[in-house]
Amino acid sequence: MKYAWYPGCSAEGNSFAYDETSRMIAEALGIEFQEIDDWNCCGATEYFSVNQLPAYALVARNLALINAEETPQVIAPCSACYINLKKTDEKMAKYEQLNTEVNVALAAGNLSYEPGAVKSRHFLDVVCNDVGYEAVKEKMTQSLAGLTLVPYYGCYMGRPEDNFDHPERPQTMDTLLKTLGADVPDYSLKTICCGGHMTQLSAEASLRILRHLLEGANQLNADAMVVGCPMCQLNLDAYQKDVNSAYKTNYQIPIVYFSQVMGLAFGMDPETLMFERGIVSSKAMLEKWLTAEPASKKRRRREKRDKNALPMPKQLES
Amino acid sequence: MPENSYEPKIIGYLCNWCSYAGADGAGLARIEYPPNVKIIRVPCSGRVSPEMVLRTFMQGADGVMVLGCHIGDCHYGNGNHRTAKRFPVYTELMDYMGIPKERLWVQWVSASEGPIFAEVVAEFTERLRTMPPMRGKLEVG
Amino acid sequence: MKKGVYICHCGSNIAGTVDVEEVSKWADDLEDVAISRDYKFMCSSLGQELIEKDIEEYGLDRVVVASCSPHMHESTFRGACQRAGLNPYFMEMANIREHCSWVHKDKEAGTEKSKALVAAALSRVGHHEPLVIQYAPVDKNTLVVGGGIAGIQAALEIANSGYHVYLVEREPSIGGHMSQLDKTFPTLDCSACILTPRMFEAGNHENITLLTYSEVENVDGYIGNFEVRIRKRARAIDEEACTGCGLCEEKCPISVVDDVFEAGLGYRKAVYRPFPQAVPKYPVIDRENCTWYQKGKCRLCEKVCPTDAIDFEQEDEILEVKVGNIIVATGYDAFDARRIPQYGYGRYPNVFTGLEFERMTNAAGPTTGKVVLRDGVNVPESVAIIHCVGSRDKKYNEYCSAVCCMYSLKFAHMVHDKLPDAKVYNFYIDIRTPAKGYEEFYHRLLEEGTIFIRGRAASISDVALTVEEEGKLIVTAEDTLIGEQRRIPVDMAILSTGLEARHDSQEVARTFSISIDKNGFFRERHPKLDPVATMTGGVFIAGAAQGPRDIPSSVAQGAAAAARVLSIIDKGEVEMEAATAEVNDLTCVGCRMCVISCPYEAIDYLEDRQKAEVNRALCKGCGTCVAACPSKSITLHHFTDQELMAQMTGAMNALFEIDGVLMPA
Repeated sequence: MKYAWYPGCSAEGNSFAYDETSRMIAEALGIEFQEIDDWNCCGATEYFSVNQLPAYALVARNLALINAEETPQVIAPCSACYINLKKTDEKMAKYEQLNTEVNVALAAGNLSYEPGAVKSRHFLDVVCNDVGYEAVKEKMTQSLAGLTLVPYYGCYMGRPEDNFDHPERPQTMDTLLKTLGADVPDYSLKTICCGGHMTQLSAEASLRILRHLLEGANQLNADAMVVGCPMCQLNLDAYQKDVNSAYKTNYQIPIVYFSQVMGLAFGMDPETLMFERGIVSSKAMLEKWLTAEPASKKRRRREKRDKNALPMPKQLES
Repeated sequence: MPENSYEPKIIGYLCNWCSYAGADGAGLARIEYPPNVKIIRVPCSGRVSPEMVLRTFMQGADGVMVLGCHIGDCHYGNGNHRTAKRFPVYTELMDYMGIPKERLWVQWVSASEGPIFAEVVAEFTERLRTMPPMRGKLEVG
Repeated sequence: MKKGVYICHCGSNIAGTVDVEEVSKWADDLEDVAISRDYKFMCSSLGQELIEKDIEEYGLDRVVVASCSPHMHESTFRGACQRAGLNPYFMEMANIREHCSWVHKDKEAGTEKSKALVAAALSRVGHHEPLVIQYAPVDKNTLVVGGGIAGIQAALEIANSGYHVYLVEREPSIGGHMSQLDKTFPTLDCSACILTPRMFEAGNHENITLLTYSEVENVDGYIGNFEVRIRKRARAIDEEACTGCGLCEEKCPISVVDDVFEAGLGYRKAVYRPFPQAVPKYPVIDRENCTWYQKGKCRLCEKVCPTDAIDFEQEDEILEVKVGNIIVATGYDAFDARRIPQYGYGRYPNVFTGLEFERMTNAAGPTTGKVVLRDGVNVPESVAIIHCVGSRDKKYNEYCSAVCCMYSLKFAHMVHDKLPDAKVYNFYIDIRTPAKGYEEFYHRLLEEGTIFIRGRAASISDVALTVEEEGKLIVTAEDTLIGEQRRIPVDMAILSTGLEARHDSQEVARTFSISIDKNGFFRERHPKLDPVATMTGGVFIAGAAQGPRDIPSSVAQGAAAAARVLSIIDKGEVEMEAATAEVNDLTCVGCRMCVISCPYEAIDYLEDRQKAEVNRALCKGCGTCVAACPSKSITLHHFTDQELMAQMTGAMNALFEIDGVLMPA
């Protein structure tokens, strides 16, 4: 399986650990990355609100640099990059004029892009749907049993609607973490926005959002929150201290990438998985995992029906 | 509109129960589509014989549409099964007759698919605009 | 030949985009046209009289009316011709409204298209032959499918007129959704109190054959003469012997969640009646949960039954009945709230659906009418009622479900009534109360202290941010009246789920040869003027199967459908399809292609003469045989090759003429 790889700017900065561990995971799973030569920033969330045409052209340049015949699909590990690549491709296909104008801009650099030529994928989607949970299971050398991992998707990954998972209640990462053996509670805030770049505009607004998310995870006794987006990771991790001082809380929840915890399950040395790059320490989580007793095969006793209680509706099978 | 373009003349044979009602539905919902199609009501798409289609081309039609109920929804049970069997064979013979097979469109449009009917007409009209007009009538000895 | 042409303005509906005067003038010059007129409303009595007068005055022998769809007014104008002594089949319509003025904006293009359509109709009508309408007797029995309030009403109306009804219901008892409800808005009379007498009457009426736990499998025939196959599923109960004492149900050791009658909020046994007032009174054994059928053990019910009515060997019965008319009143499905995961139904115990809450407030329900949380003990101090769940939302159903505002108001009232100290919040988009006494009921609730928040609820979550929110469900919404995001902590949330077409409405529609709309509801013949008839003669629809509606409206439709059926029964005969096929004996070579292609087995092959022959009583006029005949020996009257080709040629010639292209001779 060969894909084009678009690391995104943060890969060279705060999400270095995500980029590195993604490459490690990919190698283990037999995914080959062809990094786009001379890629540039996707414009993140801001540029599109400043000036649309150059914003689209900026993203389209990355698509144009891909040899679509060799790698007709490109993986972005970052949700913002992923959505920008996907959006640009879709809008260029939909709007003739945009397509023409973007291609005029690209022509200045001797490039061109035909919409539809390259399909954009999120790395989580590729791992779970192309490689598959079964193949992931085969690569596992140890279980993550004993750890309570709260999956947090953020707002970009599953949206808009026709995406690889349900926009409001995605399950992809839940299933992945369960496959790895972790306890995965049902986190009701998993698609609520992390605030994005709101931290730069209004500390109050962003801290309120972050506190909400952290409180939700805390109530579920999270050993860590697992993310698939550098923006989410940065906000929840770097501002956790600020949340604590603003709200007199004491959250110590490490924010880790799904690629990092996959590495643990694949038997990779925790040192090489760069947990220490997180601001909130992952030490407690790792220790808990190392000292966790192997999962006992005790059969869970069927809960007895409470005489008074009304029956619960069954969950919808997805 | 470019100078060399023309307005294709299209005859549509629509079954009374689904597609004709679907076209009525497009009207009720005021969904605009090109005026090129002239609709002829038939009880069932199974009523449309290949000969009728050929005669329509001979009269100078640039395109012919045969629209019926979706398979399984036929008012007569399985009249449209005949349509589904007849026209693929007929279409294959069209090139031999000297009529590009793209000029015939057989499709299923239900009574609730007014918007789809409008889309079908628009798409077919566009397709025919890219082809030269049939111009005039064919005379067969 | 003398042809009359009538171009309808339809007010501005046609005249707005078609130059009707120009079309009329143009048509006047066409071959054989004796008179061409345009008129404001051709379908009005004055418009029809115009045609009648002209037929007499000008001696017209053919009439073309260019107006709306023939589905709308073909019978109207045929009637006008008939009254003037002209064979009704000498009239042809050109559809210049639905197929022209309503779908084109360019007046020039619309006018040209209208000319072509009129020319086509004129050309066609010249080939029309006079057809004689035959009549067939009407079977006086009626089939009513669906034993909800609409079906019960329809069945009773007909039965009380002295005609026999087969009332078929899929569930073990009639009563439908109405039997699950507690109070009915806006009068708050108890649903069971007003429904039970009707159920009893339907169940014991001498003119009603009640077939519950049964389904219609197949329908053949046509208006006045349907043949229906009904599967009466085995209840495993001998109805002759059963007294309905309920001992079997009491002793049955298997208890399962009742997803149907109790909406999942309560339990029932494996042998059960949905509710004590069930009609008929006989229970059924649910084979999927019965230990005997699953594991070959138990038979406790058999041991305790005092009348030996349990019959484990009972098999499904197939009944064949003949009826003249059919009323389909199969009701609705409630929207599945789990499809909107952000409301947490199925995850948060204290999120309930509308039907669950109906059962909860019902004194005969699982909580004996107490409003409690899912634990069955604690009482909510605050309740949120979320309107429009699955309605008015393009992701699920775009339409308004029509009843939710009112039942949400009723729920608010029920909470106030049973828990006077509880706070009640209604989250709404708009309050829609458009019927007698409804708006007044809304005002009553405003007085009772319900807190109305205008804004669709965005989500329900259990993550508390403040002390007040702890242990609560937090409903978030944008309050659009004050322009603020709000978080309202409550103990209980009720989702006012909308109404959807039955999940299998498409299959049901197929069985009865009727069509469905884009939402899966049955399509009426005309949305305003013919709301209970369908495009298939003799098949009528009533109740929420046709679209979301409340009890009064369902009852009205049931009665309306019954009235339509009674008028057909009363007339005693129905018009037969005149446009049937006929074989030309001289040219038929006996190849039998037509026999194979006929969907109705209406063509016989006469061995002795080696010819095919159409049985005109069975022929429905689809014309499939005509297209199949290799020797062109079959004619479908009113859709002959000559007529259709004349229509096509007429249109083509007009188009070339308008184009100004010289026609080859």
